[in-house]
Amino acid sequence: MADKVRVAIVGSGPAGLSAAARAAELGMSHVLLEKTDHLSDTIYKYQKGKHVMATPSNLVLRSPLDFDAGKREVILDTWDQQMADQKVTVRLNAEVAAIEGETGNFTLNLKSGDTIAAEAVVLAIGTQGNPNVLRVPGADLPHIQYQLDDPTEYVDEHITVIGSGDAGIENALGLAADKMQGNVVTILNRGAEFARAKSANVKLLEEAEADGRISVRRDTTPAEVRPGEMVLDTRDGQETIPCDRIIARTGSQPPRAFVEAAGIDFTSEDRGAFPQLSPSFETTKNGIHVIGALAGYPLIKHCMNQGYDAIEFLNGNLDLKPADEPILAAKFNALPGRKSVEEWLETFRSQVVILQELSPLQMRELMLDSDVHAFGPGDVVFTRNDSGSSMFAIAEGSVAVEVNPDDTDFTVPIEQGSIFGEVGLISGRRRGATVRAAEPTVVMELSRQAALKLLATSPSANRAVNRISVERQLLQLFGSGLNPADVADLVDQSEVVNVRAGETVINEGADDKDIFIVRRGSMIVEKDLGGHPVFLSYLPAGSYFGEMAVIDGSKRTASVKAAIKSEVIRLPGDAFNALLDAKPELREKAMGDMAGRREINDFVESRKASFGGAVDMYSQTAQFLVDNGLGEATDVLLIDEKLCVGCDNCEKACADSHDGLSRLDREAGKTYAHLHVPTSCRHCEHPHCMADCPPNAIKRGPDGEVFIDDTCIGCGNCQRNCPYGVIRMDARPPKKPGLLSWLLFGAGPGPGEANYSWRKKKAEAEGKETPKVAIKCDMCSGVTGGPACVRACPTGAAIRVSPEKFLSVARLEDID
Amino acid sequence: MASLFKSAGERRAQSRERRHAAEHGSFLEYAGYRWLKIAVFISVFFLTVYLLVDVEPRHNGGSWLGYTLGTIGAGLIVWLALLGIRKRRANPGNWSVKAWTSAHVYLGLSLVVIGTLHTGFQLGWNVHTLAWALMVLVIASGIYGISVYSMLPEKLSENRREMTREQMVESLSAIDRQLEAAALPLAREDTDMVIAALEHDVFKEGLWQRLTGRRGRAPTRRALEHISTKRAYADDADDAAQQKVRTLLGRRSAQLDQIRKHMRYKALLEIWLYVHVPLTIALLAALAAHILSVFYYW
Ligand SMILES: Cc1cc2nc3c(=O)[nH]c(=O)nc-3n(C[C@H](O)[C@H](O)[C@H](O)COP(=O)(O)OP(=O)(O)OC[C@H]3O[C@@H](n4cnc5c(N)ncnc54)[C@H](O)[C@@H]3O)c2cc1C
Ligand code: HEM
Ligand code: SF4
Ligand code: SF4
Repeated sequence: MADKVRVAIVGSGPAGLSAAARAAELGMSHVLLEKTDHLSDTIYKYQKGKHVMATPSNLVLRSPLDFDAGKREVILDTWDQQMADQKVTVRLNAEVAAIEGETGNFTLNLKSGDTIAAEAVVLAIGTQGNPNVLRVPGADLPHIQYQLDDPTEYVDEHITVIGSGDAGIENALGLAADKMQGNVVTILNRGAEFARAKSANVKLLEEAEADGRISVRRDTTPAEVRPGEMVLDTRDGQETIPCDRIIARTGSQPPRAFVEAAGIDFTSEDRGAFPQLSPSFETTKNGIHVIGALAGYPLIKHCMNQGYDAIEFLNGNLDLKPADEPILAAKFNALPGRKSVEEWLETFRSQVVILQELSPLQMRELMLDSDVHAFGPGDVVFTRNDSGSSMFAIAEGSVAVEVNPDDTDFTVPIEQGSIFGEVGLISGRRRGATVRAAEPTVVMELSRQAALKLLATSPSANRAVNRISVERQLLQLFGSGLNPADVADLVDQSEVVNVRAGETVINEGADDKDIFIVRRGSMIVEKDLGGHPVFLSYLPAGSYFGEMAVIDGSKRTASVKAAIKSEVIRLPGDAFNALLDAKPELREKAMGDMAGRREINDFVESRKASFGGAVDMYSQTAQFLVDNGLGEATDVLLIDEKLCVGCDNCEKACADSHDGLSRLDREAGKTYAHLHVPTSCRHCEHPHCMADCPPNAIKRGPDGEVFIDDTCIGCGNCQRNCPYGVIRMDARPPKKPGLLSWLLFGAGPGPGEANYSWRKKKAEAEGKETPKVAIKCDMCSGVTGGPACVRACPTGAAIRVSPEKFLSVARLEDID
Repeated sequence: MASLFKSAGERRAQSRERRHAAEHGSFLEYAGYRWLKIAVFISVFFLTVYLLVDVEPRHNGGSWLGYTLGTIGAGLIVWLALLGIRKRRANPGNWSVKAWTSAHVYLGLSLVVIGTLHTGFQLGWNVHTLAWALMVLVIASGIYGISVYSMLPEKLSENRREMTREQMVESLSAIDRQLEAAALPLAREDTDMVIAALEHDVFKEGLWQRLTGRRGRAPTRRALEHISTKRAYADDADDAAQQKVRTLLGRRSAQLDQIRKHMRYKALLEIWLYVHVPLTIALLAALAAHILSVFYYW
């Protein structure tokens, strides 16, 4: 074992590299341990030639290594060069398997069996994790690999691919692509279907199977690996096949278990939680520090700055201000009173109830993704029906909520330390009331991402927000005559229930007596008419159901099931009845709502008798639309294929009004009864695409549109996360000649998206390198006249609809 | 005044309403047949005027009524032609191509009345009548256009069965790749038939075949018939291979059918514009000549 180093840095991504380089610069004894045989594996695995971006642009870089936006190859070469020049001690092929010991005396066990002694550890292993390994006899044989870099490398081999996801299928297809390589490729699937893979991949695989290029073994698992052959467990017993190489692609394990094994606590059980950290990046295990993506900072610049900072802290420089200090200072500039960044952070943390558990580092991180505002008395914070999914917290002052749109004098106060705007965050719907400052007020506006991260990492904040939101939702639903004291009982007895898509909440004919509020997601109401489920109505988040049985004691008259993954608040019927007894006006309102719903019931039933086909058609169309994402949509493009002549003018107009790239694919997508849902953004209430965007570039705009701003780094996460495949990655094309010069002189490619070769040639001629970024519909936000696709359609086939309007019974009259 | 007091939020809510208010319906029904009503009114109005007023010596283009009708007609023609530009300019504004098309169709039809009354039924072999005749042809092609626009979309949609054009082509080439491999073990004569089928490119079939949807030489069908009739019941060892080729040929033929129909409907939906638009340009030229010559001889 070599001498003990001051610090061992694990992982050579941008965070680890920067830390090691700073340690070398300071003359601190160190070693950088990297699992693979090259530096910075995550970036190494980017697509060849990817343009790497250096966001946020207002953040200064603090690192002995250079980093600027540019091609992946250039960045990696620069780092390799600088690491060598700066004499940084690096050990490649050194995967750390376990960390033992205490601060001042750690032992890092490498997978090879070697050990490294270190006083302190900096963990910078990113979030990629490790591939799942095979667990069968012989799994340690050298011909098993967990990655395939170049499928053309292997010839005349018997190769078995294990794993039925996209990675496995793509590898198998790659290996079998060229017959001349002479490989015999087999892919094993534990089940009968390839349910986890994209349908396009499955199709290609089935085709390759039909051609005899790949042998697909279903219901088969590996039993044992031997040199040159492999034993399989099949449905008909064991079988041995020749096998020179195994490629196992069965997913990967997030690094959390490894980190926890070192004695480090996470902030919560949630999948999205990060290790608990001190302001100097120290974990709950003294002496071990966590930085980079693993600490919750996925941008390369943040990673590099943290590497530098972590080493500075270790070196005793405790006064170091984080590099993002100027950004925060600029935010706080807008607030009254000359407080320092630290003082403001402390003000917010100590005043706002849900922030009190946070560490100063978490506070900083939260503030970077948030905004602060100061309002004078009477200033509007937001207006009823604005779209917005941010949440506000009051640090100083208080606000007044205009709960009744017809009577703006009647307001409900919200005090210092509390929060508001949480309904938009939870339900994804528009603001339910106008909110004004009641006195000079300082608030913090947490972006949706920041708020969700807070709720995921702080259980007490989560509980507090839950309680407040249930209470407010009740008050909002049942009108202005109530105050929090009236519903306190109900809130105490309420329960938030998660419902899977398609799960039934209320069964027709049952005689349970609970009442429900849709808190998130949406429901559909169905009635059984002569054995057919008939679609009655669509309930968006914020509506309530189940009141009929409570009020008149009858059996359930219809079934209610979740259109998508949803959350409902269950309220016991007795407690609700007690409230109705205490508040006669409320009973009246509830009776009114109920009568309206009865009417729909009766209407559908009457139609059923006169023309049954139309009711079925309506039900099935509604179900089809819900299956295609309308249940979570706010605004969808539909094409009536009884009218569409296929001119693609919608696509052309889209391209021409958005940088020359179309954001919709008209022909692709599903169709039912001539109603076509093209590949185009649904502007989901809870957009999946936002989930994992390193620079938080995806936002919701004032018209309710989900859009991507120009901080996008082109990582492709949103494209993978969108279940409807509506995001494309492409480079903004060069400008085209105008319409008239095309009409008169035939200059340029004409209206619509220019073909790829024209764009490429023109871009090369202009000598500009434009990065590929994520591109999607922005609903033509802010454009007078609205979405270009709809305006450009000559026949009226293209329409944009919102689910509440489109899934209403009114459509029954349109059909037939 | 009230709008002055609307908050930003209310205004936004309103504009959102407007976006969705673009009601679901065909261009022919736009705004409750507004343009149909206007066109009928214009036509009836001018027809009545034409019948009621007495122009000396007789109705023609040179009378005051003739000039009025001529000016309106020429203006209309120019405006109708501008649809070609409107359609291709996606600039912001409260317009829609659907509204334009609706007005285009009905006002265009009313030109039959306006233009013809303008002539005072004085037709002959001259540039003036040329302009009129071109106008009638453009209108006739337009009528063909709206008839295919109302009949074919449904068929196009049904034939597509959720496939895009690219997917159809891909599916065909997937079948072809399998056929190529499957045909190898067959007898020489059969393989040749299959290869002939594979070499035939649907996309190179002529315009006439495309419009009529006729299959032409259809080597796929020939290969299919050949292999199934001659060898279907021979129970030799090759039968499995033949079976496979037969299935694949069947699928190829069905796929070709879908592609042919798709191209046929698309062609029928587009072809008339290749008459409508060039004739429009010719019409604009003839119109210019007609007006110039009238003023020249005046
Ligand atoms: C496709 C894509 C594009 C992106 N584009 C950009 C961009 O343009 N701009 C930007 O700012 N960000 C971008 N990102 C995000 C950014 O690349 C990552 O967040 C960043 O690399 C994280 O850095 P890190 O140092 O924390 O960890 P990583 O870069 O993930 O590095 C971790 C290293 O640790 C090693 N390691 C792991 N476990 C062990 C172990 N047990 N022992 C030893 N070594 C180990 C790994 O092999 C790896 O080399 C992109 C991400 C992706 C996926
Ligand atoms: C003299 C009269 C007319 C002129 C000059 C005229 C001219 C035009 C022009 C220039 C276009 C644009 C085509 C393109 O760019 O793709 C067009 C489209 C069209 N015209 Fe006409 N037209 C006339 C009359 C009519 C009439 C009478 C009808 C119907 C009865 C009609 C129906 C249409 C239709 C349906 C379109 C296609 C719209 C689209 O798909 O974008 N036109 N016309
Ligand atoms: S609304 Fe605008 S961005 Fe969206 S598809 Fe239509 S044209 Fe494209
Ligand atoms: S991009 Fe996809 S996930 Fe995001 S809002 Fe649109 S449809 Fe939803």
